[in-house]
Amino acid sequence: MSTNKTVISHLRRLEAESIHIMREVAAEFANPVMLYSIGKDSSVMLHLAMKAFYPAKPPFPLMHVDTTWKFREMIEFRDQTAKRLGLDLIVHINQDGVARGINPFDSGSSLHTQVMKTESLKQALDRHGFDAAFGGARRDEEKSRAKERIFSFRDRHHGWDPKNQRPELWRVYNTRINKGESIRVFPLSNWTELDIWQYILAENIPIVPLYFAARRPVVARGGTLIMRDDERMKLLPGEVLEEKLVRFRTLGCYPLTGAIESSADTLEAIVTEMFTARTSERQGRLIDGDEKASMEKKKKEGYF
Amino acid sequence: MNALASDLKTFLAAQEKKSLLRFLTCGSVDDGKSTLIGRLLYDTKLLFEDTLSALEKDSRKFGTTGDDIDFALLVDGLEAEREQGITIDVAYRFFATDRRKFIVADTPGHEQYTRNMATGASNSELAVILIDARKGVLVQTRRHAYIASLLGIRHIVLAVNKIDLADYSQSVFDRIAADFASFAKDLNFASQVTIPLSARHGDNVITRSARTPWYEGPALLDHLETVDVDTALADKPFRMPVQWVNRPNLDFRGFAGTVAGGRIKPGDAIAVAKSGRTSKVVRIVTQDGDRPEAVAGDAVTITLADEVDISRGDVLCGPQTRPELSDQFAAHLLWMADEELLPGRQYLLKLGTASIPATVSSLKHKVDIDTLGHLAGKTLALNEVGYCNFALSQPLAFDPYRDNRDMGGFILIDRSTNATVGAGMIDFGLRRATNVHWQALDVNKSARARMKGQKPAMLWFTGLSGSGKSTIANLVEKALAAEGRHTYLLDGDNVRHGLNRDLGFTDADRVENIRRVGETAKLFLDAGLIVLVSFISPFRSERRMARELVGAGEFIEIFVDTPLDVCMARDPKGLYGKARAGAIKNFTGIDSPYEAPERAELIIRTVEAPPEAQAEAILRYLREVGYI
Repeated sequence: MSTNKTVISHLRRLEAESIHIMREVAAEFANPVMLYSIGKDSSVMLHLAMKAFYPAKPPFPLMHVDTTWKFREMIEFRDQTAKRLGLDLIVHINQDGVARGINPFDSGSSLHTQVMKTESLKQALDRHGFDAAFGGARRDEEKSRAKERIFSFRDRHHGWDPKNQRPELWRVYNTRINKGESIRVFPLSNWTELDIWQYILAENIPIVPLYFAARRPVVARGGTLIMRDDERMKLLPGEVLEEKLVRFRTLGCYPLTGAIESSADTLEAIVTEMFTARTSERQGRLIDGDEKASMEKKKKEGYF
Repeated sequence: MNALASDLKTFLAAQEKKSLLRFLTCGSVDDGKSTLIGRLLYDTKLLFEDTLSALEKDSRKFGTTGDDIDFALLVDGLEAEREQGITIDVAYRFFATDRRKFIVADTPGHEQYTRNMATGASNSELAVILIDARKGVLVQTRRHAYIASLLGIRHIVLAVNKIDLADYSQSVFDRIAADFASFAKDLNFASQVTIPLSARHGDNVITRSARTPWYEGPALLDHLETVDVDTALADKPFRMPVQWVNRPNLDFRGFAGTVAGGRIKPGDAIAVAKSGRTSKVVRIVTQDGDRPEAVAGDAVTITLADEVDISRGDVLCGPQTRPELSDQFAAHLLWMADEELLPGRQYLLKLGTASIPATVSSLKHKVDIDTLGHLAGKTLALNEVGYCNFALSQPLAFDPYRDNRDMGGFILIDRSTNATVGAGMIDFGLRRATNVHWQALDVNKSARARMKGQKPAMLWFTGLSGSGKSTIANLVEKALAAEGRHTYLLDGDNVRHGLNRDLGFTDADRVENIRRVGETAKLFLDAGLIVLVSFISPFRSERRMARELVGAGEFIEIFVDTPLDVCMARDPKGLYGKARAGAIKNFTGIDSPYEAPERAELIIRTVEAPPEAQAEAILRYLREVGYI
């Protein structure tokens, strides 16, 4: 490549694409919402939303679907972030699931996710009548995600039909829906995990401290390290709680999120580790491997 | 990798400077696309250990490559794809080398998924077309090359795969390269490279293979890393479709959008393409501070020196380099829906940030995408390409697609299903019509209506054959005439035998029938008449088109709601009998659908009262709302 031409760096190109997508949603939908999961991708998505509408605030609220099993530090960070940016935050908990006593230990990860995440999300979307919902998913995360549109149509039951997706050309998005239908919008579709970290580094975006290495109480269970974040996690016979220098590559419900042993305690160290990593990030999530094609199945049912 | 540990900043700076190449891969079934992408990911070390171990497990279970890793399983992500061993949808993959970042659109080869290839091609700068060395250039290869060129791809790589199975033969390769070159010369690619390779064994994928010593060109990756795909979009005329007007308070009014062409600086003069109003750029606002310049691809917010009326759908441009502005243009159209294109039906056209109702006014010809020959045709079916004239309900600012994809590429949306049914690439504007259209006439509708002392209106009777539409419409017209109103009744008898005698009863002809009736009724309305239209008019889309042809409040849809069994029992013209006997095809209610109105102004249930009472109810309504 000759260098005297105007070449937009790839991060600037990705940033512009995401901002373009967010503005399309703000302009064309009556009642959009941004799903905020508190993780690093959500942090980047929120940062981009602040840019997209500057000097105005993003013209939509944030919503967190709380399973009641998130790390305490995540909840703290969530509330601080909404306050710092002056944004409306909706927190939804599936009270029916709470009443039924659904939890990741006794109910199993599959039922827990179904009731406290998927069902809960659908409840929240229906209750508020949102016609578009931003999610921070990326195409490089998982095979069925790689096939999803940026504007992903959902029927009245929030279902996804992978074999009947709307063709999506150029930057022209079909935002037309009938009453009760909705669109899930993925402004980070074309970002990779490395892009996310590079951008966090370049823009100095605040993220939950759990991403940085620290000594934390963990238990070796099911081939991964689980952090005991509160008293609800009972130790099984033979298990011992150990202090280990660990960090998390993804964040979710603490009993379902594996820690990795690492000493990376700065953004620079994380990016360096990232570059030499030989394990993909979703491996830290215990829910994906439940069964064959499980992400596709969950998405058809309405999961993000 | 050691370099990065020692100096992360230098490394990240180098990352930051990398350019991005978006390319697509296409080929026929079993040509090895997925294997090639898997190979690129594998050999550029972008596969993680857990992905690899899952892949090894899957290869043993579903794989078709013996003990070797079946890379295809890596990219076929959907259940049905794994089961059937085919790729259904476009999948996007990401990898990077020291020189570039890549986004790959992996598109299926089956004929029925041409629309997916177009989707992948629309955002790509280069296409890799795979063929099997043993099979040579196929009909599909030509199709893929044509679609790539239609969607504006200027750089093409012909990957002659499975060269190992052709004994690494130079003569096989040379023959294929010559075949392809003779076909592709009409497609005007800026660069065209043919590479012999084996995706399965890695020959000429990452590095030149010793097994093809006769091949002197680059390995695939080397070419992808170095090919210059710059379209110099930043040097083209300034364009910014306005997405959103940013008004956080009374003191700030900014226009947010992505620069689709050229560059802009504070102080530059701009014009609004549609209104022609001009102003100057004051600031280019971002959260990171004002920018001295924005170029094509940047998402920015611009403030102007003057209070200019600008809203979403407007295009900001340079005053000396304006885009075309017309309500008619010629374009290539790729049809992407199972339901065929109906010329005359109104679709929603979306280009940039503008959404405008549009019809295909004529299908000039279809393109035989295997030979590039022209075919005559009345409609387009799924995956067919046609060259069409479009008529829009208002002027649109655009550039030819070959000059600017964002300013010349559009989608068509079906207004009842909301499906994306077509993708269009504008060729040029048809200016003649624009001038005719904008001719303001001195004697206008309200002048004519005043002379008649009445308020013009269009009463649109819709319902099944035999529902009683014409009987009631006749009674209403008689009553209006008795009051001294000037009226005209359009129905099947006086239109089908004259103006529309060239039309039959296929869906396409029904749409055209109603379009002509709607336009005729509009002229009569313009003449100041109360027009009564009595047609089955079975489709919502066409009734909506008629509604939108006339001014607000002038269209009164009257649904003559008579159950099908009652209509069949009445059968005043014996048509239902013939239709059921198979003597009449496409008969509404029998083998052609009737879409009942969702928001008719009046619903007449003929089983509840005699026609005279129904006519009286309609007159009462007209009095109540002030027409008479």
